[in-house]
Amino acid sequence: MNFFQIISEIEKVDPEVYDRLDSRRSVFKHMTGLGQKLTAAALPLAVGAIFNKVYAQTPVGAGVNDVLNFALKLEYLESYFYNNRTTVTGLSSQNSAALALIATDEANHVTFLRAVLGNNAIAAPATTGVFDYTAKGTFPTALTSANTYLAIAQAFEDTGVRAYKGAAPLVMTNKTVLTAALNIHSVEARHASHIRAMRRAGASSTTPAQGVPASPYTTAPKSWIVGNDGGGPVPGTTDAIYGAGNNSNAPSGITFESEANTTQGGVALSSSTITSIAFPSGSTAFSEAFDEGLDVGSVARIANLFSVTGNYFG
Amino acid sequence: MSTTPNSDLLLQEPRIEQPLYTPIKRRSFFMYAGATAGATALVLAGCSKSDSSVGMVNVGSGDAGVLNYAYALEQLEAAFYTQLRNGNYYTGLSSTSAERQILDDLYYHEVIHRDFFKTAITAAGATPIKALTPNFANVDFNSRTSVLNTAKAFEDLGVAAYNGAGQYITSSTYLYIAGKIVSVEARHAAIIRDLTSDNSFVGNDIMTITSASNSGVATNNSPANSSLERSLSPSEVVATANNFLADGSKLDVSGLR
Repeated sequence: MNFFQIISEIEKVDPEVYDRLDSRRSVFKHMTGLGQKLTAAALPLAVGAIFNKVYAQTPVGAGVNDVLNFALKLEYLESYFYNNRTTVTGLSSQNSAALALIATDEANHVTFLRAVLGNNAIAAPATTGVFDYTAKGTFPTALTSANTYLAIAQAFEDTGVRAYKGAAPLVMTNKTVLTAALNIHSVEARHASHIRAMRRAGASSTTPAQGVPASPYTTAPKSWIVGNDGGGPVPGTTDAIYGAGNNSNAPSGITFESEANTTQGGVALSSSTITSIAFPSGSTAFSEAFDEGLDVGSVARIANLFSVTGNYFG
Repeated sequence: MSTTPNSDLLLQEPRIEQPLYTPIKRRSFFMYAGATAGATALVLAGCSKSDSSVGMVNVGSGDAGVLNYAYALEQLEAAFYTQLRNGNYYTGLSSTSAERQILDDLYYHEVIHRDFFKTAITAAGATPIKALTPNFANVDFNSRTSVLNTAKAFEDLGVAAYNGAGQYITSSTYLYIAGKIVSVEARHAAIIRDLTSDNSFVGNDIMTITSASNSGVATNNSPANSSLERSLSPSEVVATANNFLADGSKLDVSGLR
């Protein structure tokens, strides 16, 4: 084997081969002007600056900052909620540990989004007096009863997944912001899945994953969303979390359907169209297999249920 | 860094005795190193070149390429959840057990994803890649540990793959559809991880909780303490996925960039 010949051939085909072999180099693509002297070890501190730089250099829709600040408000709503978990009674130690893991993630998301936004970030909301987790008395035991607490947690996580999904097309002109948004989106979905398992097995369970789903899903939900989730954990109040969005300002080619939607990209999904295997009669898999996004306005209306002023989220 | 790639030095096959006193460009360095670093580079260069070789399945480029990339991964997942249904682990589960119902749902979901992509790619005027032949020789379908660990690998890989490929999609419609699927994959990943070990639905192995991302995804520079999913580039994904695909079905994703 002639190594030199191979290298030469590769060079002819792909002159950037060595650049791409060095994954750290990709980081520096966004750092022109910041200097390339930064070492990999210094990167975490510099990432906020990188994002600001990218944002400043990339002509994007004026809405990107607004979208990110909206996401930041939602993360504060979640983060403060999980910080209040210590007043809840009736949780197994396993479930308390899970909530601590989620609390860390949400606090990290707040920190990250603040770094991305830099000076454009909103002021941090006060830890009291901004959010009302009882939703003006609708859930009086929001921060004391384990079952109520987990129901609200599911509502927040499922809403968060829909919010990031709906917002992704709004930031797709900035690939760095898009990738970050997607990387938060899937983490919220992991949280939602686990919270649902906790509710399925019961707040005091030590083995949430072994909870058996049962209908109605509002009391023993699957880890994914079945139809409209029966109106959510508190039907009558949480229906909008699983309902259709407002399409008046939807990006081109996008319709914010309810979670019960079974037509994707113009393809109707059912046991009549997916015939490679046999589905059980009445299978709900066709709605479960796809989550749906929501527009910012619809998410704001849901989140404002938990705003003291009723309009923190716009 | 941009040096001129087609210098005479690079085009000709150098003679050993010749170039030591010639100014060596950085990119030429590995030609002369001959040691560990150079050998590593050569191995990687070899892989890169073989991506174009006969017998691999090229997913293509552009939005159609991303859709075919997703179709390929969904084929792999669907094949896995189909095959496990014949193994002793699955058949030994009580029909009312959580694990059985979860594995049933995942089977349905992944088959739906697979068949959806085949139809959608055709509807978009593109050509779906062929039906891939999996290779699960290293999976013991009679073993709970082997099945669940493989499922965990596939689900986590799927999430990281969708997240890493989002930036290559130019159509907001397709980006939105990918988003609809990836969150379901993340829901799968979380419950499968919980089945392997309670409360492992999140973790630093898949998220930047305590350490930063070192992924090859150009736009993924997540710092430590950010709790972002560690998305993976297509080449990073197929380095794993191709281990589960038979010769003739291994993926070439060099068009996605």
